[in-house]
Amino acid sequence: MLCNICGKNPATVHLTEIVDDQMNELHLCEGCARQKSVQMEQKFGLSDLLAGMVDFEKKTPQSETQVLKCPKCKLTYGDFKKIGRLGCGSCYTAFSAYLAPLLRKIHGSGKHLGKSPFKASKPTKKSTGMAELRQKLAKAVGEEAFEEAAKLRDQIKAAEQKQSSKEK
Amino acid sequence: MELNDLLKHTSEWLKGTGPNADIVISSRIRLARNLSGYSFPHWASKKQGEEIFGKIAKAKESISLLKRSTVFRLADLDSTDKHFLVERHLMSHEHAQKKNSHAVIIDDEEVISIMINEEDHLRIQLMQSGFNLFEAWGIVNKLDDELGKALNFAFLSEWGYLTACPTNAGTGMRGSVMLHLPALVMTRQINRVMAAIAKLSFTTRGLYGEGTQAMGNFFQVSNQVSLGQSEDEIIGNINGLIRQIVDQEGQAREVLLTHNRTILEDRVNRSFGILKNARIISSQETIDLLSMLRLGCDLGMIKEINRSGLNELFITTQPAHIQKIENKKLSSDERDIKRAEIIRNSLKI
Repeated sequence: MLCNICGKNPATVHLTEIVDDQMNELHLCEGCARQKSVQMEQKFGLSDLLAGMVDFEKKTPQSETQVLKCPKCKLTYGDFKKIGRLGCGSCYTAFSAYLAPLLRKIHGSGKHLGKSPFKASKPTKKSTGMAELRQKLAKAVGEEAFEEAAKLRDQIKAAEQKQSSKEK
Repeated sequence: MELNDLLKHTSEWLKGTGPNADIVISSRIRLARNLSGYSFPHWASKKQGEEIFGKIAKAKESISLLKRSTVFRLADLDSTDKHFLVERHLMSHEHAQKKNSHAVIIDDEEVISIMINEEDHLRIQLMQSGFNLFEAWGIVNKLDDELGKALNFAFLSEWGYLTACPTNAGTGMRGSVMLHLPALVMTRQINRVMAAIAKLSFTTRGLYGEGTQAMGNFFQVSNQVSLGQSEDEIIGNINGLIRQIVDQEGQAREVLLTHNRTILEDRVNRSFGILKNARIISSQETIDLLSMLRLGCDLGMIKEINRSGLNELFITTQPAHIQKIENKKLSSDERDIKRAEIIRNSLKI
């Protein structure tokens, strides 16, 4: 099979692309595939995704967030929106008002429950039966009991909300 | 250890041992950590990058789990060497593009690797053969404790370990399991399984991590959420999910054996035939055919070759490995010829 793009070289890379719910199969040679992957990365990098999520929070005027700057590494919030990466650990404190909702959106929770470097390896505190609920959810989905899974998902969400309001 | 010494032994993840080794190739846990008071690698100055590298390299000396390990600076490696390490899953593709203060620490057994100055200052990775996430966590947790004593990690009690990208904050942990699911692919159930995985906030990737297509029926499943759950919880969740997928693959294999045995035997033996006889073969075709052959081995259809020998072929037929074995640069066409030769020699009975 010849490459779908240049039509000259044999296709060695096979891609499945989904655009607007339409599935396309592409058969490309090594050279065209490399170009294509650069294009795709440009079109849809992680930083864009993150920046998109950040943009969702438009409670403050753009100008204010643009100039908000980390005192330690001098990265501005505008930089973060552009590159999708923070500059240093202090950025988390400097931008905490904006990062808190973003972290909640990404992870579904905004509270660290794992280990700490200060008390290494102490048994981590179990969140209220959450692990069990999640295991059940995994099982339900595995068995394709989707109604049951939806119920469990709602239970988990409710428990998480309860937990985060308690922490406030 | 010299880089070329790695050629002499089998990567941990390809040993073909450990629980459920017929379906689960390997289990991997990585932790993202950063040093307090320094900018993250992408934002750090060259001088800072060097300081970070120096601190980590010095800390390594005091870590018992890293006694038998070597630091490789990327500036000292050529592009074949770098890809060789990527193919062995000892560093990421992104890391391979870097030089300067970028480095990787690899232990002699290839169980532990630590990328220095990748997206975060440290990306600590632990690899185990088979379905072994809890064991992997046990070891990497100990290593992280030791490193945490020698280095001052950026940490906030509210948000845990601080990472360059907020998607990794909290535990900084990603657990991944590499699965071989040919029967789910053949019975066209794979899309349903993948959809279910996505619904549970897990991701699936190809053989070589982020942004790669699934090849030869190999899939990597990993957690997406790193904040709001403890490490044990995250691993428990992946474990529960993987158990389900393993069961489903097992059932699909049973169905194929009961209802489509001849078709299955035909595909397995055709794959064997091509691999034993081809004179030119691409890496994509190799992986697809090896996947079928592996299934044949797992189901007892092919008795002449063992799983670990077959696993070895998955890696020795990769582009950088062929060039390392031949000890010279080869074009894509030259590699296809050499690859066929390596496979023929290995499958000679």
